[in-house]
Formats: sequence, structure tokens, C-alpha cells
Amino acid sequence: MSAPRELPIATNGDVVVVRQQVRSLAAEIGLSLVDQTKIVTAASELARNALVHAGGGRVLIEVLEGGRRPGLRLVFSDDGPGIPDVDQALTEGWSTAGGLGLGLSGSRRLVDEFDLVSAPGEGTRVTVTKWAR
Amino acid sequence: MTVPAEAARRRIVDLFLSSEERLLQRWTQLSGASPGELRDLYQALRTALSSEDGDFADVRGLLAELSRARVRQGHTPSDTARLVFSLKEALYEVAEADGGPEALRGFVWFSRLVDDLGLYTFESYTAAREKIIIDQTEQLLELSTPVVKLWEGIVAVPLVGTLDSARTQVVMEKLLQTLVDTGSEHAVIDITGVPAVDTQVAQHLLKTVVAARLMGAECVISGIRPQIAHTIVTLGIEFGDIVTKASLADALSYALSRSGVEITGAARTRVAVRAERA
Amino acid sequence: MERVPILKLGDILIVSIQIDLDDQSVLALQEDLADMVVSSGARGVIIDITAVEIVDSFIGRMFSTIAAMTRMLDAETVVVGMRPAVAITLVELGLSLGGVRTALNLEKGVAMLEHVRGAAG
Repeated sequence: MSAPRELPIATNGDVVVVRQQVRSLAAEIGLSLVDQTKIVTAASELARNALVHAGGGRVLIEVLEGGRRPGLRLVFSDDGPGIPDVDQALTEGWSTAGGLGLGLSGSRRLVDEFDLVSAPGEGTRVTVTKWAR
Repeated sequence: MTVPAEAARRRIVDLFLSSEERLLQRWTQLSGASPGELRDLYQALRTALSSEDGDFADVRGLLAELSRARVRQGHTPSDTARLVFSLKEALYEVAEADGGPEALRGFVWFSRLVDDLGLYTFESYTAAREKIIIDQTEQLLELSTPVVKLWEGIVAVPLVGTLDSARTQVVMEKLLQTLVDTGSEHAVIDITGVPAVDTQVAQHLLKTVVAARLMGAECVISGIRPQIAHTIVTLGIEFGDIVTKASLADALSYALSRSGVEITGAARTRVAVRAERA
Repeated sequence: MERVPILKLGDILIVSIQIDLDDQSVLALQEDLADMVVSSGARGVIIDITAVEIVDSFIGRMFSTIAAMTRMLDAETVVVGMRPAVAITLVELGLSLGGVRTALNLEKGVAMLEHVRGAAG
């Protein structure tokens, strides 16, 4: 369908662009309206996380085909300070930026697969996948 | 490819091309398929084998078509694959009659080709069957999700039968959409006809009530059976401040009173309904 | 950055969000609304999100903030027209929009404000 594409996350406007790109691809591969909304919302949370905590980053958007059903995979990465305690960061209500602390824990509930890799000083990479039903 | 292998290959293709009638007759006998189907397949194979680039796309297309037809007719996948495999036996007899070492060696090559095509048939068969199952599941979901209007501003979903997670989700999305489309502020989810719920289904019900509330509507759950109430408590699911009623009638009367409609008179007398809206 | 227009109808302010809001615009809208409630003496605010395709935690928090803020300025806020998919996603995200009144559509939102005011006065 389409090759993986990478988008920068450097400004508030970029977050909006990420949302729009994710939505159009999610619709293209046939995600239900609710699932489209979930993955776009997760993308919005994760893109903002990269912007707020790491001063920016990028997202790789990839359409997964070949399996029984198509899927959409998003890889958010940044070169920020990283997360010292990943388990704690995934706890609901835990926040460093004065937010609601729903960014990570909430996004995890909105997708089918969620993977977070991070270490202090080495940036953060969050991979999320949503499959069409 | 070494020269002898090339020669062997050419020999078997020649045999294949020159013994059309004999092959088809024997193939039909062995496979029990209709001569028409096999003739089309034979022609496609001949075109593919004679072509320079060995393009089998047409053959595969025919095989996929044949597999789909066989799924609908209720044949087993083995039957369908055997139809292709039996070509080997038919051709072997021709090769044996020829007796030459090239023909026999070429047969091994040809047999590998037929194996590939046979496996392809198997795959097409499974894919076709899976598609039918998916279509049916979707049709079933469509069928089993009625959202009915009980009163102006009150809709209900009477759920009947076993709820799985997928079905509950579909029903709930449809319910919420109906609230928007009809501008109804009250919904009743009646689960009288549901024999059991698991944690996931209970969670979906709960989430629907909360989602409806976010949209500005209220949900009542009615018809919870004793066993289900027991399950919900045992599973430790918090129903919190969600309104539950014993029967659909109770839920309707609750929703009516919440929407400002007053019911007067005793149960067995004439029911007079008066709307309070200004 | 795009600014969301705020309309005044009697003593109600109506905000209809028609664009994909970036965070900066969200903050600007919060400020504009507070100013406008004070300058116009409005008693109610309606935020129409019929056209909004997603509400993430940032926008969700804006609703709660606006509701709390306007309440302090003696005006009630109602969020109207939330799409089912948005509501389902918010529930999954874990956002409850505490303290925010909601209604199915603009009409019901106006009726709700009148009702609240009737009860108060």
C-alpha cells in the first residue's frame, strides 16, 4: 500500500500533522471508526509526550500487511533524557510534566500492542500497533 | 540448469503436450472432476509450459476460482487438492509408457510443479472458507443488534443469547450512535436474555454506560439474573453508581420519570400519560 | 495558530470547534473564554464538539479547566455533541471529565443551561 514514512515532532503543529496522517492511514486500511479514534488519540498522546519530555522527536508510521488482517504500527522515538523507571511511568496518574499522567498508561489501553524501551540518557522509544478487526 | 535436466524437462513437457486426450481422460477418471474443469486447467497449463517465462498466473487464477467453487459446493480440502495431485498419476503412466530416462527424470521435475499447484489450491481453499466464516460472523453481528425506541427520548437494546466481547462492542457502539441520531437522553440495556457474562463483557457494559454519560445520556441496565449478579460481585467488578432495575418495565418507568413523564393510575386501570415539558 | 471564534447568543457564549486544535490554540481558547465571560457577563458557555474527531487528555483537561473556571465566574459550561467513538476512547483512556456537564446536542445544551439557571434562581 505505502512505504513507511517518518514525520518530525518538533512543534505543536507537528502533533496535529501526525494525528491527521495516522487518521488517514487508519481509515485506508479499514480500521473501524472507534479503532481509528483510539489509535489517533494514542498517537496524539505519544507525540505530545515526545515534545514535552524530550523537546521533540519523530514518528515512523508503517502499514503492516501480509497477515490475516492489516495493521498500523507507530514508532515514536526521541533523544531526550529517557525514563529512569519504566514501570512507574506506566502507572496511572504518574506525571512529571504536570499533566494528568494518562499519556502512557492511557495510550497503552487504546492499542493492541504496546512496547516501551527507555533508559536514562538514551532517549525513549514507544512502539504501538493496532490491528483491523 | 544442466543440459540433461533441461532435456528431461523438455521431454516431459513434450509428452504432456502431445498426450492431451489420454491425459485428460485418465485425469478425469482419477480425480472424479468434471472434464470441462480439467480441460480449462489443461489449456492454462499448456500455455504456461509453452511460454518462455513460465508464467503460471493464469493457472493459479483458475485454481483459486475452482477452490472457491468447491468450498461452496461443500467439498473437503483434500478432495480439492487431490484433483490437482491426480494429474501426476495420469502423467506418470504416460512417462512410464515412454520408458526413456529423460521422461522419468523430467517427471520428477513436473511432479514438484504439481505439488506447488496442489498446495496453492489448498491455501486458496482455506482462504475462501475463512472469508465465508468472517462474512457470516459479520452478518450475525448485524442481525443480533436491534436498538429499539421505547418512547420519545428513550431507546433500548434487548440483548439475547451469549455475549462475547466483539458482539458486546458492536451493540454498544450502535446504541451510542442511536442516542445521537435520535437525540435520546435515556437508554435501557436489557440483559434478561443473557445467560452469563464474563469479566470482559461486564467491563464493556460498564464502559458503555460511562461513555453514554460523557455524551450527555443516561443508561439503565435491566434484567440482571441472580447468577449474573453473583458473577459480577464475585469477579469484583464495581458497578458503582450505575442504575440497575429488575425488569425492562421497571427500567422504562424509571426512564420515563427521569425524562419528566408522569404515569398516573394503578396498574390495572387505564394508564394516562402526561408530559411535563414546557 | 488558529483562534476559535466565540459567539454570543443572549447570555450564552457558544464555541463551536471546527478545526483540529493544536495545544497552543487550546490554551488560547481557554484564555479568550475567560475574558469573554467576564466582559460579556455571560451566565452559560456551550462548547460544541460535534465536528471534533478526537479528544485526547490535553483537550479533555481543557474542558475540565473551562468548566471550573467559568463556574468561578458564575457561569455554567456544557460540552455538547460528543461523538460515540470519542466517548468510547475517552473511557478507555481513563478520562472521566469530572465536573463537566454534557448534552447530546446544542439544543439540549441550551435547555440544560436554562434548567440549571431556573433551579438556581
